[in-house]
Amino acid sequence: MNNEVAVLGVGMHPWGKWGHSFVKYGVAAARAALDDAGVPWSDVDLIVGGETVRNGYAGYVAGSTFAQALGWNGASVATSYAACATGAQAIDTARARILAGMCEVALVVGADTTPKGFLAPNAGERWDDPDWLRFRLMGMTNPAYFALYARRRIDLYGATPEDFARVKVKNAKHGLNNPYARYRKEVGVDDVLNSAVVSDPLHLLDICATSDGGAAVLLTSMEYAKKHGIADPVRVAAVSTVTPTFPQTVIDMPLFSTESSATVPAPERTFKESIGHAAYEEAGIGPADVDVAEVYDLSTALELDWIEDLGLCARGEAESLLRVGDTTIGGRIPVNPSGGLACFGEAVPAQALAQVCELTWQLRGQAEGRQVEGARVGITANQGLFGHGSSVIVRR
Amino acid sequence: MATPTVDWFTTGPEPALVGSTCTECGTVAFPPETTFCKNPACAGEEFSATELSRRGRVWSYTDAQYQPPPPYVPRTDPYEPFALAAVELAEGLVVLGQVADGYGVADLKVGAEVELVVEPLYVDEDGEERTVWRWKPVEPHSSVEPVETKESK
Repeated sequence: MNNEVAVLGVGMHPWGKWGHSFVKYGVAAARAALDDAGVPWSDVDLIVGGETVRNGYAGYVAGSTFAQALGWNGASVATSYAACATGAQAIDTARARILAGMCEVALVVGADTTPKGFLAPNAGERWDDPDWLRFRLMGMTNPAYFALYARRRIDLYGATPEDFARVKVKNAKHGLNNPYARYRKEVGVDDVLNSAVVSDPLHLLDICATSDGGAAVLLTSMEYAKKHGIADPVRVAAVSTVTPTFPQTVIDMPLFSTESSATVPAPERTFKESIGHAAYEEAGIGPADVDVAEVYDLSTALELDWIEDLGLCARGEAESLLRVGDTTIGGRIPVNPSGGLACFGEAVPAQALAQVCELTWQLRGQAEGRQVEGARVGITANQGLFGHGSSVIVRR
Repeated sequence: MATPTVDWFTTGPEPALVGSTCTECGTVAFPPETTFCKNPACAGEEFSATELSRRGRVWSYTDAQYQPPPPYVPRTDPYEPFALAAVELAEGLVVLGQVADGYGVADLKVGAEVELVVEPLYVDEDGEERTVWRWKPVEPHSSVEPVETKESK
């Protein structure tokens, strides 16, 4: 395939609540990715930063912030913002320039320092901003949207709060040996069910935390990888950054309503279904070819939605997969072997990159203590606020 | 005297959400569109106000057991949880809203019928009561008698 680029290096700073500047996490991750690849910073001719919106001006110009912190080397620079999909968009920018022959070695970095509690809009009165208005007029938090989707699984497919808890139990077990995970502790079904209900039917332990963290991916042309002595690198086979197709008929954060399907009928696929579909199309593969998936479990129930959105099973069947252990490491299609957001908490601009880091280790057979044996194809899935699709397929 | 928080709904004995209809293609939107029609095949920029169906069916529902962060304005201290519902309307769209006072998740079910009411949301910095649209179960599932709602006093 001529549209592939090599993932030559990956690196992360452990997730947590460290209280440092996001720059520190980003630089640590970047240096780890360069070391992993054995490539000097001076060889990097493009740096792409994932923007963070909660860390002032340095966060808005993250690409140059990281470049300066690593020491100006004259590389071209770009900064991406696509909410939770930021990392995928940053990878897409780097990949496009490599494939166009405009650069050879691209370093993609995302890092964040997050506040405690519910993610809330920035201060000030903004009566024309739906993200502000949803709090003012409805008190509609992010977990409340997750809870709407979870409730539908219960009322339509017979899911139970115990099923949701089992997702947490599985992911907690997966993340036990992940040195980059923030939470490394076994969790029982009762622990989840006994934690406070945040938004019915979701308990506190069904919902992911917000974290500090940093992740970096070093992408190069296949020729550069070869020159560098790596004949069979993990490759990026597809990046999907699709937007929705009108009318979007599934209620989406932070909106008040869906788009009407009265004048134009609903599209064949929901937005989330279209994200994975576009990635499969580009890679020329289908769900049956996937060995391992890293999906965005902002809530436990949302992991079940993603499994179906990616076509890894039919609609309404994700609970069955979970119950028989198919999505556990060692099962038919392990999901979130890293431990997922359940073990990490969300560090927005780093998270989609962290998914790619994990799959790279999995495909190299380096995911110690959480290895999916023989994994050769991995897919990530994620969605950013305001219509940002995010799915990356990597393969060996 | 109570004032609506936004001009997206009518008040009176039979309140309704006010959406918009694109004068070019007829696409209905809520909140009312003021700039560009969302239909990619339409370049419409003019809209007429359209009252949406007062009744719909629950697409999904939840509640807020923790006090939401600002700009949410709590009505009581200590905080009292409230329910939220996403409701499918005949106009082909799903609209979110809080659930009427006195009702919780136990009174709701996916597919159940609800009706639009207007109720107080908070008291603003000038001491004025501000109202919002809410969804009220038509046939409550609980044995509790429905609470009389104060429709736009």
